[in-house]
Amino acid sequence: MSEAVKPIKKAKYINPYLGGILLGLVLIAANFVSGRGLGASGAAKSVVVATVNSVSPGHAEKALFFREYNESHPDGPMKAWLVFQMLGVIVGAFLSGAIFNRLKFKVEHSPKITSKRRIIFAVMGGILFGFGSQLGRGCTSGSALSGMGVLSLGGFISMAFIFGTAFALAWFFRKNWI
Amino acid sequence: MGPLIVSDIITQNTNFFLAFLIGIGFGFVLESSGFSSSRKLAGMFYGYDTVVLKVFFTAAIVAMLGLLFMSLFNWIDLDMVYVNPTYLWSTIIGGIIMGAGFIVGGFCPGTSFCAAAIGKIDALFFIGGIFLGIFIFTEAYPLLEGFYKGSFRGTPTLPEALGLKDGVVVLGIIIVALAMFWAGEWAEKKFPRKEY
Repeated sequence: MSEAVKPIKKAKYINPYLGGILLGLVLIAANFVSGRGLGASGAAKSVVVATVNSVSPGHAEKALFFREYNESHPDGPMKAWLVFQMLGVIVGAFLSGAIFNRLKFKVEHSPKITSKRRIIFAVMGGILFGFGSQLGRGCTSGSALSGMGVLSLGGFISMAFIFGTAFALAWFFRKNWI
Repeated sequence: MGPLIVSDIITQNTNFFLAFLIGIGFGFVLESSGFSSSRKLAGMFYGYDTVVLKVFFTAAIVAMLGLLFMSLFNWIDLDMVYVNPTYLWSTIIGGIIMGAGFIVGGFCPGTSFCAAAIGKIDALFFIGGIFLGIFIFTEAYPLLEGFYKGSFRGTPTLPEALGLKDGVVVLGIIIVALAMFWAGEWAEKKFPRKEY
């Protein structure tokens, strides 16, 4: 009887080197199919442009950024490789969460801080990452990882400054994490 | 033969469908490696969990080697593969801002979508922040354009910049990565903690 009501053991994560090999193969597949690597922030940009185009078409016609973007993307912002790829990412992550029994609504944070503080910092981090990814022409996936995969100098510079800065600032934000 | 879309072997719609499948692989690997947990990701910067280092550099090495071999076998034409252009200063400042976002928010864009997909509410707020940050960039674009498009250095690869052969540079990166993996394993033993 007690056997049957035992809680399901939480599945652990896969070996990180195996994860890396699989991720490398996914990156090769992306390059083989599309001639480009993976990405994430590009799809978020598509959503922002599509939103502005439909909510405020007048602004999209006037503002320089949207004029340039819409001229260079005649099929519209959502008909983009990265948009379809990111839809897949959400499905793939959900499948993994379902298989390994990790689907759960929660605000994950260190016990030393409140959920509210975690959420405020999450929003601020997102703003910084969103802004920085546009200035730097891609985020950790599109610029750093994919760039390094094709040995791009820009990719290595991105990687060095993203991780270097996070290391350099870690001490100031230690209360949030340790 | 490859890249398939550039060589017109597949149609645009097939390309988008394959993008969706590749995305499923991408999301599955990130989540199953633990990248849906901000506390696990942030562990990288305190030494208690170096999964980011291990996954990231293993993936980069596998991709570099795989693409080099596929090019040797004439399975892919690397001249037709996109190489990220180098705009020196916008890449550096963009990288610094992203690094700050990483330690403040605990995610990068790709991982935040994975975390939101399994129900992490903090990740949803991070994604909201991403949209806002991109919108701020678009609105400030007239002010930033000169800086954004300045210091263009072409599309050099690291081997070209160093004046070395691709294979030599990749070998060097592998050796550096192995040293970092060793340091990562050491740090995890020195700063142990439970799995998140």
